[in-house]
Amino acid sequence: MPTDGVNNGRRRFLIATTSVVGATGAGFAAVPFIESWKPSAKAKAIGAPVQVDLEPLEPGQLLKVQWRGQTIGVLRRTEASLNILSELDDRLRDPESQESEQPGFAQNEPRALKPEYLVVNMHCTHLGCVPEMVPTVGAQPFDDDWKGGFFCPCHKSKFDLSGRVYKGVPAPTNLRIPPYRFVDDRTLLIGVNPEGVA
Amino acid sequence: MAKPASTMSKRATAFMNWIDERLPVTQFYNDHLAKYYAPKNFNFWYYMGSLALLILVMQIVTGIFLTMNYKPSAQEAFASVEYIMRDVEWGWLIRYMHSTGASFFFIVVYLHMFRALLYGSHRQPRELLWILGMLIYVALMAEAFMGYVLPWGQMSYWGAQVIINLFGAIPAIGEPLTEWIRGDYFISDATLNRFFALHVIAIPLALLVLVVLHLAALHQTGSNNPDGIEIKKNKDENGIPKDGIPFHPYYTVKDIFGVAMFLLVFAFVIFFWPEAGGLFLEHDNFVPADPLVTPTHIKPVWYFTPFYAILKAVPDKLMGVLLMGASVMILFFMPWVDRSPVKSIRYRSWQFKLLLGVFVVAFIRLGILGMSEGTPAQTIEMRIWTFVYFGYFVVLYFFSPKERTKPVPERVTH
Repeated sequence: MPTDGVNNGRRRFLIATTSVVGATGAGFAAVPFIESWKPSAKAKAIGAPVQVDLEPLEPGQLLKVQWRGQTIGVLRRTEASLNILSELDDRLRDPESQESEQPGFAQNEPRALKPEYLVVNMHCTHLGCVPEMVPTVGAQPFDDDWKGGFFCPCHKSKFDLSGRVYKGVPAPTNLRIPPYRFVDDRTLLIGVNPEGVA
Repeated sequence: MAKPASTMSKRATAFMNWIDERLPVTQFYNDHLAKYYAPKNFNFWYYMGSLALLILVMQIVTGIFLTMNYKPSAQEAFASVEYIMRDVEWGWLIRYMHSTGASFFFIVVYLHMFRALLYGSHRQPRELLWILGMLIYVALMAEAFMGYVLPWGQMSYWGAQVIINLFGAIPAIGEPLTEWIRGDYFISDATLNRFFALHVIAIPLALLVLVVLHLAALHQTGSNNPDGIEIKKNKDENGIPKDGIPFHPYYTVKDIFGVAMFLLVFAFVIFFWPEAGGLFLEHDNFVPADPLVTPTHIKPVWYFTPFYAILKAVPDKLMGVLLMGASVMILFFMPWVDRSPVKSIRYRSWQFKLLLGVFVVAFIRLGILGMSEGTPAQTIEMRIWTFVYFGYFVVLYFFSPKERTKPVPERVTH
């Protein structure tokens, strides 16, 4: 490149301004491509609440339904399993659900609107696997003093029957509780909070 | 190809001249093959580079043919892979070549990387060569992960679930980021479709560019060798390294022998052991993806398990993800971690040999533990080996400058 008679200052200025304008244009041009990766209008539309009939659910039985592609568990807890909940506090990471995700009405020991029914997002808060329910009280391969709860096969996280996470496992918080309400005594609606609750 | 002018007929020479004036074919052939001088003391470890290139080509060719019958949709993907396996003429062979090829790619790449650690091939002046190689390795991991999702079996689905949720560990932006990657609130058709696009177009293109850059960097510095000495420092009166031999025909012939031996093993696995007992193709992946049921024992394919074990060893989500990321990233810094005055293990201390040996054991042991059920005892063992894995880099950094080495010869040995 010939350099005699060149105004270097002007050349640098032109290079800099051209680069800035070009980079800005490229930045704006990238937006549609990046945005195209977001959930589509169709995906967003499939987010309607799901209705569940509770009549066939026996005590101790777990029913799994899908809501927004998430596996939601509906567990009808027994009296005995509800009684165990208060004994576990010192083994749990967040027994009062202070750092966990749930509607306000579920920030209590049973983490539920009606203690009998646990409605819980089954996906482990670690990496999203679906834990198994192991309701039996007694020694298990993964725990010598098991009080019944959920056990994640992926990375060995443990939760009690309120979805509260044990200490010393990879999952950071309790299982999430989705918004839900009871339409009547035997019908559950997952995806909306009770009336009057934000 | 362009033979020396003396052996070519007059018309052929004229034809080559016509070409060369328009496209530098002869020059390229000489620069990179006939007059590219490589050290004359290459051994077994130096097969891996050309084998990796061979597998890349095989993966591209078999991949092209698989896309002709594969359907990238959540409804059809699993069935279309079964269709390839059962109904498409020779489809099973093309598919097994591709799936077995993926595992062999990693075998060859791991050996290729280990060769660098043995002979100091990542050391000055080949730092960029190493970094480009590491970028190839990372791109290969992304390529393999996305490819594994495509058959849409249980392991595809839940593997994708776990890997994508790793990004969810990032504070603040984690959740929206995972949603952006999935294109939905859960792993769905949208996710599968974009992974297909990345697997067949974006990442292969990136890989090809990186491979060209890797080779450009290699031919700039020239190959290292088992003695770890620079052959360019010792040239004859014509400027040719005294310890160098032309890549073609010497190493092309050697590599063809390597290719033949490799294909023998490769074909045996394809024909008699394509699933490798669940190592190359996991049993759970022969079950169609089911968002409602997580397989009881989730694990990635073998080539990811050492890093997966590090993830599992840490009882904290963010720390686990960070440490797993660090276990790959730290390799990028190898050229500056190893500060020994000599490159090749041949002239290094017994302490280095022990250190490298322990590192290899840690990597393999982590790989085995990464596939395990994860009992409390195994978790403790994973923590110990994770500590050893990272310990290797720390000890090497502080120990290597003070290492007592043996004298390095002037010329290469055999």
